[in-house]
Amino acid sequence: MKDHVNTNLKVAITGNPNCGKTSVFNALTGLNQQVGNYAGTTVDKKTGVLIYNKTQRAKIIDLPGTYSIYPKSKDEEIAIEAIINPESKDAPDIILVVCDASNLKRNLLFFTQVADLGMPVILVLTMLDIAEKKGLDINLILLSLNLGVKVVAVNPRNGRGIEKLKDTIFNTHRLTQNKLIDIYSLAPEMIAGEKKLHPAYSDYQCLLNLYKTKRDILEDILSQETIKRYDAINDVLLDSVTQKIIEKEQFSNKLDKILTHRIWGYAIFLFILFLIFESIFSFSKFPMLWIQDSFSWFGNYFAKHFPEGPLNNLMVNGVIAGLSGVIVFLPQIILLFAFIAILEDTGYMARVSFMMDKLMRKVGMNGKSVVPLISGVACAVPSIMATRNIENWKERIITIMVIPLMSCSARLPVYTLLISLIAPDKNIWGVINIQGLILMGMYLIGFFSAIAAAWVMKFIIRSKERNFFILELPTYKAPRLKNILLTLVEKSRTFIWEAGKVIVAVSIVLWMAASFGPGKSFERIEEKYKSDFYIKNFSEKEISNAEKSEKLFASYAGHFGRFIEPAIKPLGFDWKIGIALFSSLAAREVFVGTMATIYNLGDDSNSMNIRQRMMDEIDPVTQKPKYTVAVAFSLMLFYAFALQCISTIATTWKETKTWKWATIQFLYTCTLAYLVSLVVYQAFR
Amino acid sequence: MLTLRDLKKGEYATIEHITDSALRLKLMEMGCLPGETVKLVQLAPLGDPMAIEVQGYRLSLRLSEAGSIEIKRITKEPKIITPIS
Repeated sequence: MKDHVNTNLKVAITGNPNCGKTSVFNALTGLNQQVGNYAGTTVDKKTGVLIYNKTQRAKIIDLPGTYSIYPKSKDEEIAIEAIINPESKDAPDIILVVCDASNLKRNLLFFTQVADLGMPVILVLTMLDIAEKKGLDINLILLSLNLGVKVVAVNPRNGRGIEKLKDTIFNTHRLTQNKLIDIYSLAPEMIAGEKKLHPAYSDYQCLLNLYKTKRDILEDILSQETIKRYDAINDVLLDSVTQKIIEKEQFSNKLDKILTHRIWGYAIFLFILFLIFESIFSFSKFPMLWIQDSFSWFGNYFAKHFPEGPLNNLMVNGVIAGLSGVIVFLPQIILLFAFIAILEDTGYMARVSFMMDKLMRKVGMNGKSVVPLISGVACAVPSIMATRNIENWKERIITIMVIPLMSCSARLPVYTLLISLIAPDKNIWGVINIQGLILMGMYLIGFFSAIAAAWVMKFIIRSKERNFFILELPTYKAPRLKNILLTLVEKSRTFIWEAGKVIVAVSIVLWMAASFGPGKSFERIEEKYKSDFYIKNFSEKEISNAEKSEKLFASYAGHFGRFIEPAIKPLGFDWKIGIALFSSLAAREVFVGTMATIYNLGDDSNSMNIRQRMMDEIDPVTQKPKYTVAVAFSLMLFYAFALQCISTIATTWKETKTWKWATIQFLYTCTLAYLVSLVVYQAFR
Repeated sequence: MLTLRDLKKGEYATIEHITDSALRLKLMEMGCLPGETVKLVQLAPLGDPMAIEVQGYRLSLRLSEAGSIEIKRITKEPKIITPIS
């Protein structure tokens, strides 16, 4: 079919943040979207396909929202380069500039910059309804005449104007924009010099090219440029916009009085957080169980219906178990992102940043770090993905680095088991449950260590990037369902493909370490349990459990446990705990299952009899119970700090695009865990 | 010289000059140009950052950033902080 497509137009879509750009992109492309990279970089590139008719379609590139053509971050730089550099592979044929009609003056600044590049442009006006409420009456014809480009008013909420926009895209071929300011006179000699090197460049492309290398010299010139542009925009607006004075205070401003109130503001924010948690914990519980159950059903089915052997075992216990470990996070990811998308889309997130910035700044983070950090209590994976909207690189890295210290839900089964070993299920003063109190203590330790670690990193991590907090507080809007759904699809897809690859690969490695041993050790164990002595004296189940347990000891994982025993002995751990620590790398909650296997209990035992078995365990040296208060706390604190989670490591790698930060994160949390456990065990044993 | 930091809640001013050259372009792009009228809408509950109204929209900036914007206070309340001027 592809051969019949005779037009393959490349269209870039750009505009200020909060201008409704994403809605326009979604309205044009629907589900035909994908995320790739800009050529030769790791910066995300969102593209979509607009199908106009049988023969005409366009590839649409969604550029990140920006206030100006002069990039403020590395990602922006690469994305903007794609449109300003005429030799770029992604150079578009047409650029759509989306402008918020209720904030036209500032939005037009960016429009005039893009128009000066010398490529065909279309001005897409959104939010005319809000402009009207502000008393603004925009004459589209006069605006179009003044700027010299086609102006299309759209409302993606009800689809108005979208068809006209499509027609316009396929009927715009020529440069028509008026020259609003004289670029050449801003820096005549420099531009002339650049023109000699790039004869095909427009004056403005020359200036932008100079900006890449001579940023410092150009600062004054760019200020001049901005002032001139605003002067020209004022003339355009005076001609094409009339304004009535509206006495009534806008709804958005009234809402701000409550939502950023010094008491109500925080109370409402806490309530929203509470709501997010409650739903992440309660709504995701059942889907997560279903996912686990369906995978284990599928695993069993596969195990029975395909020929036995190592390949079968690899599929069931390596690949299918690994996949299950990825997919099981989806309900939490979807829920958390649904909430975050709603908070972003309505404009509330900017207010949270506004209220929290002072506190977070003290520890090297940003007002925008609050929600990802607190979401870390549910799961670090979606939380790290949620740091993307922190523009400042250093603040974002610090936030990513400390999120895993927040006690996530996977630690809960580990804590519950260990707490039940050392504390009675009793209440003090009739109301406070001791076990609950210790559990809360573990969460608080997580929170405060995250804050402390952030504070330390503030001094260690160097950044040339200046951190400022010049943030638009957009007017409140109702959330747009379509945007939220498309965001969820995109995030889920990214997580499954990107993090999933690593998680499955590592699960397979961990499975191999636990299922194979050096030499013929495994065969010998199998022989041993086939002997008459066992078959006569023990039940089939007992044999199977004992065999599994002995195989684990003989496996590479078992050897590893014994190998690291000298290192973890000062923490109060033996080689059995060593195996559990190693297998927990796939996911922390695996600890409970591994302990069950080690203690001969089989996979289907519940945590109550593991608890009993662990309580009965005797330390071979002291002849006293192994799991003392000191060992249990040492182990819990190890789990509180150490980043034993492949999914998190994979996500950090994916989000920071380098192994460097994932490695540092893993090493620093493990070192911290080791030191804390060491001190606690040595002090209390 | 008076800066945006010295403004009280509900007061109006016109921007004269931005002293911090590293912030100048960014602030101008956001609409804080010399000659523009601004209103201090509120301070964040913890006293920093602040929210101002400029060009008909709300912008939040830290007090340290506001300190680099030199202003002239307007005593008479303007009819409207216009998106067009």
